[in-house]
Amino acid sequence: MATAAAHQTARTHGSAGQEGDIDADDTYQRVFDATVAADERIEPRDWMPDAYRATLVRQIAQHAHSEIIGMQPEANWITRAPSLRRKAILMAKVQDEAGHGLYLYSAAETLGASREDLLDKLHTGRQKYSSIFNYPTLTWADVGAIGWLVDGAAITNQVPLCRCSYGPYARAMVRVCKEESFHQRQGYELLLALSRGTTEQHAMAQDAVDRWWWPSLMMFGPPDDESAHSAQSMAWKIKRHSNDELRRRFVDICVPQAESLGLTLPDPDLKWNEERGHYDFGPIDWTEFKEVLKGNGPCNEQRITQRKAAHDEGAWVRESAAAYAAKHSTRTGVEQA
Amino acid sequence: MTDTDWPLWEVFVRSRRGLSHTHAGSLHAPDAAFALRNARDLYTRRGEGVSLWVVPSSAITASSPDEKDPFFEPAADKPYRHPTFYEIPEGVKHL
Repeated sequence: MATAAAHQTARTHGSAGQEGDIDADDTYQRVFDATVAADERIEPRDWMPDAYRATLVRQIAQHAHSEIIGMQPEANWITRAPSLRRKAILMAKVQDEAGHGLYLYSAAETLGASREDLLDKLHTGRQKYSSIFNYPTLTWADVGAIGWLVDGAAITNQVPLCRCSYGPYARAMVRVCKEESFHQRQGYELLLALSRGTTEQHAMAQDAVDRWWWPSLMMFGPPDDESAHSAQSMAWKIKRHSNDELRRRFVDICVPQAESLGLTLPDPDLKWNEERGHYDFGPIDWTEFKEVLKGNGPCNEQRITQRKAAHDEGAWVRESAAAYAAKHSTRTGVEQA
Repeated sequence: MTDTDWPLWEVFVRSRRGLSHTHAGSLHAPDAAFALRNARDLYTRRGEGVSLWVVPSSAITASSPDEKDPFFEPAADKPYRHPTFYEIPEGVKHL
């Protein structure tokens, strides 16, 4: 596989033949720390601690996997979209999700990960994707609820990532965030149309919101005191805000939006807290979150099976394109000789 | 599977006439024609560009970040390359 000079790390930790001694590593660490402290970006060829690299690969890969697995629950409704307008919108959105996955895989590759290897880890369950995509899309209203709540939660998470200390990840997130805004608005508009429609349509919208609300809150990850990687990620400025902080921000944004939709959020404890300046909300069922994470969600198996099937059934396309390219380059080689 | 592993390409997009191409990201493709098509689909879905370049990543030679100081140092001690180096009497116009 061709590796990019522009992406290669000039000197990896303790690599042979280089000044891999302790003093040199110390200097590199200091340069790295100073760069992060100054809020500048770390770029692919810079020296970085092994753990920083590993954390980023894990996070970016999981993020990329989430984007491409996330295509499935929505693609489920493309053929049954209620109008040509909605169908065109949904196809554009699903295509965007594929694009987001590709931006992110590229960012992971600048850290030395290989695309094949990342996909293999997804297919064999060694790397995860967001638990939210293990819930089914039962009705057309779910497409709206995903756009409004799931993409809304994703945006809340992703906007701070545009300032992440690792340059390629931050740049990918800028592009993703620009596009997510359309995703969220189309979802909101879809739900609004249903909410203002017939009684049945309104009920369908409410049912979708009832099912997606809590899983969306779980997207921010475990509470701060139980989040394994949070503190280090924040020190490295990969992460800028804590899970609970982002979750609170999301709830505050959603409550008035739900009111405008004419829909309710399924939480009897949800109410404005004048003192804190935030909405209070009820306890999250973390047992459910852990079960889904463990692979016991409604759709875990289906998502991976479908992903593997798509990959395997597309093998002939990749092989043909590679064969064509090889044949073509041989011919060009002959002509040039 | 490894024999079908497509090479990596760097994508440069000219956002509009009058501006230079800017690095947008990278992608995998079996050849240049596919790389262009994929770049169109991946980086210009919303009219972000009027022209695209794709370059095999392996064709790029990059300066080493370790050389940052010595490599770029020579520029730092030549302030006379900047217009602000020169003192011009007040009132002189169009300079």
